[in-house]
Parts: sequence; structure tokens; C-alpha cells
Amino acid sequence: MEFIAVLLVAVLVNNFVLYYFVGICPFIGVSKQIDSAVSMGIAVTFVMTLTAAATWLINNLVLIRFGLPFLEYVSYILVIASLVQFVEMFIKKTLPALYKTLGIFLPLITTNCAILFVALIQAMREYEFLQSIVFGFGAGVGFTLAIVIMAGIREQLETADIPRPFQGAAVTLIVAGVLALAFMGFTGLVSA
Amino acid sequence: MKSSPSIVSHFGAGLIKNNPVFVQVLGMCPTLAVTTSVANGLAMGLATTFVVVSAATIASIINRIVPGQVRIPVYAVIIATFVTIADLVLKAFFPPLSEALGPYVPLIVVNCMIMGRIEAFATRNAVGPSIADALGTGAGFTGALMVLGGVREILGSGELFGAAIFGSGYTPMLIMILPAGAFIALGLLMALFNHLQAGGSLILRKAA
Repeated sequence: MEFIAVLLVAVLVNNFVLYYFVGICPFIGVSKQIDSAVSMGIAVTFVMTLTAAATWLINNLVLIRFGLPFLEYVSYILVIASLVQFVEMFIKKTLPALYKTLGIFLPLITTNCAILFVALIQAMREYEFLQSIVFGFGAGVGFTLAIVIMAGIREQLETADIPRPFQGAAVTLIVAGVLALAFMGFTGLVSA
Repeated sequence: MKSSPSIVSHFGAGLIKNNPVFVQVLGMCPTLAVTTSVANGLAMGLATTFVVVSAATIASIINRIVPGQVRIPVYAVIIATFVTIADLVLKAFFPPLSEALGPYVPLIVVNCMIMGRIEAFATRNAVGPSIADALGTGAGFTGALMVLGGVREILGSGELFGAAIFGSGYTPMLIMILPAGAFIALGLLMALFNHLQAGGSLILRKAA
């Protein structure tokens, strides 16, 4: 039950993109087509789940035990950068087909603030190890949900007659606002 | 030898023409998340400016001795170090602000605007112009955050810098301080910025 609550909060109630505003760059940059949005979502979910596990271990086994909390940000960013590099090499070697789909998105993920946010929030909420992994996975699923819905809307927007000043990022942000409004309906689904 | 006009132009470019928020659409997470009031926007803007100026200074000094392949992790660590400093200073001297900005202070580490200025400018230029460029970008970012924070605070709470500006009859437009309002307000401001940049006027023409 407890895991389901953590999952639902991460996916719907406190959606990373539409509630916390993290991962906005890929949300706006890679949401032009549904195909690439799905690939980006899968890549992010994968890295987020691993990040949640890795940073939990670093935080609880090294930083807290040896009293080094001021190294939190520096070590998280290094862990994320090396993890992404490692995942990229691993997929390239073992799953060439998957690499072809995800390839260009992986390096972008290092600077995706949503990943660092997973690390910070799991430390802040003092999740246990398994909760942390479920949270990382849920956050990734929530990101995928948001970016795929957005891509679906933007494919329709292509044919719409949008006033010049609103073209590009402006209209995308307003659409995201309407989406966020819809997601507000999930508030109260689970008490966080 | 760079003459002073070019320093001024480096500063000016980041302020308006290449405004990080309205034109380059960078650093969106803090822009949307902390701008529930002008004060929060100002604090986030200043913290980010401190980090981008310090990191750009160091990067432009050491760029010749950093091997190309490892430059991204090196710069990431430099940025993370200055963010840690900013975070600790906020926590020690401005606890309420630190509380309000919460986890978005550490997120300055991955603000793509900072890495962008280092990659695109500081590693290719001398220290002076790099500082001017970083200051301009930081000022442009701070300005954008204050404008967005101002609009959201006025409409969402009926206040500016915490002081009530409408009479008691004003019903705050609650949506503006909620997440959905952040997206919508920024979208509308961006459209206004595009309109003005394209030479549009603020006075609407009457339909014929």
C-alpha cells in the first residue's frame, strides 16, 4: 500500500513537470513528436530509477555516516554524470537497437534537472531504499506521461493558426499551463 | 586588449537581445518554480548571477589547462561548488528566503543557462569579457524573474514586495501563484516580449 501511495504521488499528484517544474527543457524541446517523446520518457525513467538507487546509497552509506553533507550537490552531480555515461556505454554494447532509439537523448539527461531533483527529494523526504527506487521510477513515469500528452497536443497545434508572437515556446507554455490545471484535479487523491 | 564599449555590448547582449528566459528559453525550472513573489525571484536571480559570474571567471582562467574530453564534468564540479557556497550563505544569513526557495537552490547546478554561458563564451574569451557576459546574462535572468514574480504576486496575492497594493475589495487570483498560473503567465509574457521585439506597440489597434 505504502509503495502504491509513493508511486501515485510521484506520477500524478506531484507530477515532476507540471507540479515541480523540473525537466522543463526536454519537456519543451523534445515534445514535437510522440515517437521521440516516448523515447525520451523511457530514457529518463531508466536513469531516474538508477539515480534514486545510487544517490540513496551514496547519501546514506557515505555522506551521512562520515558527516559530509556539504558534499551532497557535488557528489550527486558526479554520480549522475558518470551513471549516464555508464548507461550509454552499456546499452551501446548490449542493446544496439535500443541505443539507436535513445542514443541522442542520453547525454542530454545529465543536465536534466529532474534527475538531480529525484536525488534531492529522496534525501529530503528520508525515504528507505526501496521507497526511493519506487519514487524514482514513479517520477520517470510521471515525466513520460506529461511529455507524451504534450507531444500529442503539439502534433495537433502544427495545423493551428497561432498569432505570430505566440508561436514557439509561448504557446507551448500556455498549453502546459492548461495541462497543469487539469493535473490539479489529482490533488487529494493521496495525502502526501 | 578589449576596449570598454565591447565590454558594455557583451553585458547588454545577455540583458535583452539574448535574454536567457524570454529569448533562449533557458533556466525554466527556477523561473517557473520560485516566482510566486518578486522577492523570491530577486533572490533566485542574484544567487544564479553569483554562480554564473564566479564559474565563468574560473572557467575562462583555466580553460587552457582543462582537456577537452573532461571539461563538462570539471565545469559541473566548479558550478556545484559555487552553488554549495550560495546555498550555505542563504541558509546562514537569510533562513526565510532559503526556506522559500527550498530544493530549487541546489537545482542551480543544472541550470543549463550557466553551462551554456561557460561553453559558448567563457571558454573562448578572456576574463574581462567573460565576466561582462556572465553579468549581463545574470542581470537578464534576474530581470525576467522579477517581472514574472511581480505579475504573479500582484495578481495572485494582490501585493508587491509583500505590501498590499489593492484595497481590501480585491479578490486574489489564486491561480497565478499555483503551478498552472506560472506556465500561463510566462507564456503570455513571452508573447508580449516577442511582440515588442518585433516592433509591435503596446496600444491595441481598433478593428476596422
